Amino acid sequence: MYQFNYQKAGSADEAASAVTAAEDGRFLAGGMTLIPTLKQRLAQPSDLVDLAGISDLVGIEDGGDSITIKGMTRHVDVANSDLVKSKIPALASLADNIGDPQVRNRGTIGGSLANNDPAADYPAAVLGLNATVITNKREIAAEDYFDGMFTTVLEEGELITAVRFPIPAKAAYMKFPNPASRYALVGVMVAQTGGDTRVAVTGAGQDGVFRASEIESALSANWSADAAKAVKMSDDGLNADIHASAEYRAHLISVMASRAVTAAG
Amino acid sequence: MPTVSMTVNGKSVSAEVEPRTLLVQYLRESLGMTGTHVGCDTSQCGACVVHVNGESLKSCTMLAAQAEGADVTTIEGLADGDVLHPMQEAFRENHGLQCGFCTPGMVMSALDLVQKNPDPSEQEVREWLEGNLCRCTGYHNIVKSILAGAQALRG
Repeated sequence: MYQFNYQKAGSADEAASAVTAAEDGRFLAGGMTLIPTLKQRLAQPSDLVDLAGISDLVGIEDGGDSITIKGMTRHVDVANSDLVKSKIPALASLADNIGDPQVRNRGTIGGSLANNDPAADYPAAVLGLNATVITNKREIAAEDYFDGMFTTVLEEGELITAVRFPIPAKAAYMKFPNPASRYALVGVMVAQTGGDTRVAVTGAGQDGVFRASEIESALSANWSADAAKAVKMSDDGLNADIHASAEYRAHLISVMASRAVTAAG
Repeated sequence: MPTVSMTVNGKSVSAEVEPRTLLVQYLRESLGMTGTHVGCDTSQCGACVVHVNGESLKSCTMLAAQAEGADVTTIEGLADGDVLHPMQEAFRENHGLQCGFCTPGMVMSALDLVQKNPDPSEQEVREWLEGNLCRCTGYHNIVKSILAGAQALRG
């Protein structure tokens, strides 16, 4: 690791000011991606501003027709939350299958979304459930938030303080995990929410998470596992690597969507 | 250099370290507690698992500075003198190791499992070990050890 300065912030505003004031400042959330990145010398920030200990950034709130999860809430706490389990079980189960137990004990929803790994699970939840990303500066609709692989519309010094998920009528998430890393080779969130049918796919797209409009149309006409499975997805713009070809990922999208519809009921 | 203080296995400790020092380096190099191992150094193998404030995590993926003021338990903190902790004893009895390199992390991870789920099924043990790699045993005796250790701890 290259050398850097480290400080803990007492509040979201203090953290944002510290990052902005630094030569090349970065927020440190759970560190489950940032610390390995630093260890590989793939990044060289001048300053890390640790968000741990900012109590306003932790917790899960019941908004009646929505649930708001604060940015520094860990995966393990989302997975074990009675509120999330009862209102959006698909989200609790998604969080419960991220990485491994030690990663879930540290990793946070805000960190995952700010990083926007193209194979991370939470982006599929945000896009599939039509969530709103709340920052220290504004509210960003799911459709507008993601901006390509490892890229979001977050600006310098902009910090995710919470994510608001509307309660869906039905939803389920299914992923085909890479057997070694547990990252999604393909992960699909299907949902009926706000009168819409939404299908969000992670792990497959070269530009990160996307909506599978072909499957959305099929499910809008006929909400059934067979309807999802019958859609033949194009492999244009899908990832190909040592783990799976683009064609295989395209096939998995329909299969995972179909299984998710079965799970959602 | 900043000073980082915490409690490790019940004792208050303090050392000057660079901000980039990892918790596992702090434990091994500043405190000389080499029971916690560095296997992959890429957050995958789990040989470095310790407990911080009662929960398991990978000490190669946390800065020592992030553990300021924390209560840390390592493999050295389990045995009572010459008497092994029941989970350690279960690994010995069931031959839950071959080379032993992954064992400290396996034991620490297992203890986090049984504190959350005192009576896990074999399947739950196998799923819990997602973040702990063993390249010798094929896991069978590790799983057997953890089930036996859980039973011993239930009394």
